[in-house]
Amino acid sequence: MTIDWLNFTPWSALAGGVLIGLAAGLFVVCNGRIAGISGVLGSLLSAGEGRAEKALFVLGLLLAPVLWSLFGRLPVLDFQTGWLGLLSAGLLVGVGTRYGSGCTSGHGVCGIARLSPRSLAATLSFMGAGFATVYVLRHLLGA
Amino acid sequence: MRTLTAWLAGLLFGLGLLLSGMANPAKVLGFLDLAGHWDPSLVLVMVGAIAAAALPFTWAKRQQRSVLGAPMQLPTSRTLDRRLIGGSLLFGIGWGIAGICPGPALAIVLSGHWQILLFVLAMLAGMLLFNALQRWRTP
Repeated sequence: MTIDWLNFTPWSALAGGVLIGLAAGLFVVCNGRIAGISGVLGSLLSAGEGRAEKALFVLGLLLAPVLWSLFGRLPVLDFQTGWLGLLSAGLLVGVGTRYGSGCTSGHGVCGIARLSPRSLAATLSFMGAGFATVYVLRHLLGA
Repeated sequence: MRTLTAWLAGLLFGLGLLLSGMANPAKVLGFLDLAGHWDPSLVLVMVGAIAAAALPFTWAKRQQRSVLGAPMQLPTSRTLDRRLIGGSLLFGIGWGIAGICPGPALAIVLSGHWQILLFVLAMLAGMLLFNALQRWRTP
């Protein structure tokens, strides 16, 4: 392993993280809900309770780049995966986050912030699987 | 009022994702590539987010209702089961293939790139597939 100092962006990463944490804090303090994106989206798809609040949360998320672009240029988005990869990745993320009851936001941020052992186990699992997958794809298969 | 705070929370969440750099799939893959040229930025995103969310959640855990009177809906399950771990592993494989997780996916779905539209459609299909499997297993 070598550290990629050129692409390492500690201050914007930390500041962005704090904003994410404040947003999750606002949602739980005011709405009593976990800001877990896969959970919110999944329950919108299955007619759960609180649909108006959840739909507005998602709407805010969708509109973030619109607000951002009023004040500055949107960050560069570099997709490194072809259509077959994107299709299978999307399916795996959709099924996996619903079976595992959460994703990076619900388990990784909210879950660890409230010291949930389940969320810690889930976060270690998906991070481990992510590291292993990139290792296999980049270093064993050379994709 | 709660609809307003929900919308604000979503907006703030999305702005945080954009600022953090995690909306860019290449940056996430740079973090997941431990054996290569490793970009540790995502560690700091997690540290910042968890630190900022810790106090609100510590407060929320002791409450029955939110400040706006909504019932406090925090998960209560404490069992580590196959669904939790298996589902999370599947999610991690998908995350490792494309470098996209659900939050950033929604935060950039209106950016006009076909790649993210395809990913989000596949993700929604995956969630609907889960719903269908649930209904089939528990009639």
